[in-house]
Amino acid sequence: MIDNIPLNAFLVISTLMFFIGIYGFLTRRNLITMLMSIELILNSVNINFVVFNRFLYPNQLQGHFFGLIVIAVAASEAAVGIAIIINIYRNFKSIDVENLDQMKF
Amino acid sequence: MTLSDIIFYLFAGSIVTFSVLTVTSRRILRSAVYLLFVLVSTAGIYFMLNYNFLAAVQLTVYAGGIIVLIIFSILLTSHVSEKAVVAPVKQQIFSALAVVAGATLTLLTIFKFAFKPSASPAMVSDVQNVGRELVSYGRDGYALPFEVVSILLLAAMVGAIVLAKKEKNLKAEETQTKNNTENSSKS
Repeated sequence: MIDNIPLNAFLVISTLMFFIGIYGFLTRRNLITMLMSIELILNSVNINFVVFNRFLYPNQLQGHFFGLIVIAVAASEAAVGIAIIINIYRNFKSIDVENLDQMKF
Repeated sequence: MTLSDIIFYLFAGSIVTFSVLTVTSRRILRSAVYLLFVLVSTAGIYFMLNYNFLAAVQLTVYAGGIIVLIIFSILLTSHVSEKAVVAPVKQQIFSALAVVAGATLTLLTIFKFAFKPSASPAMVSDVQNVGRELVSYGRDGYALPFEVVSILLLAAMVGAIVLAKKEKNLKAEETQTKNNTENSSKS
């Protein structure tokens, strides 16, 4: 199904996705959108793992399982992160990073 | 160009466009939906690589779970039509420059390096193989990471509940002690 598509094509996609995620992380000012950029970054790394497994070591499933575990870690990270964000919103009535300087000293 | 090629480039194009839209859209809810499109296209790429189980997990956990969580938290913390605050233009330009430089460097490295695709027969990643490897503790087994992830998920669940729980009693106690100290200082 993927015989004609070179390995580099997949790597280009994941590279672009990774750096778009970094751009979002640097320019966004809202905690939830920053979390979404982190999800983009994690997803692009996942594509890399899976593609390297498929093309370079197809006789084992290491990248496949690494991808599964990264998805689990991303899910728990999103859950804890959103709990923290909701707590912050309850205390400060805002989730913009500009307003969150209470822990500065 | 065969049909599968066309489908792959469709997925690739939609991943890149919707990623850009995710990080540039001013409306937060819209960027969450664009992120959903990115994750679904990624699941499509996993299907094309013949990793059906991983694609199903991607669809259920990412596209089904995390996006719903994000949309709920957006609805809890901001108005639907609220526009996101963006960084100053100077900062946007400099981060775009840094990102473009990093992407160019990485792409040049990728195209320079000669990957040697393996010709060995592919292991079938059907549910039977995946399940057997996931819980076996032999040489190719992944029982330890499986258990570690289960403990991590449990810890994250407990942590999220404790963090997001309302602390009514604590705040009431705090105000009470504050009042008490004020009263005692007055008297």
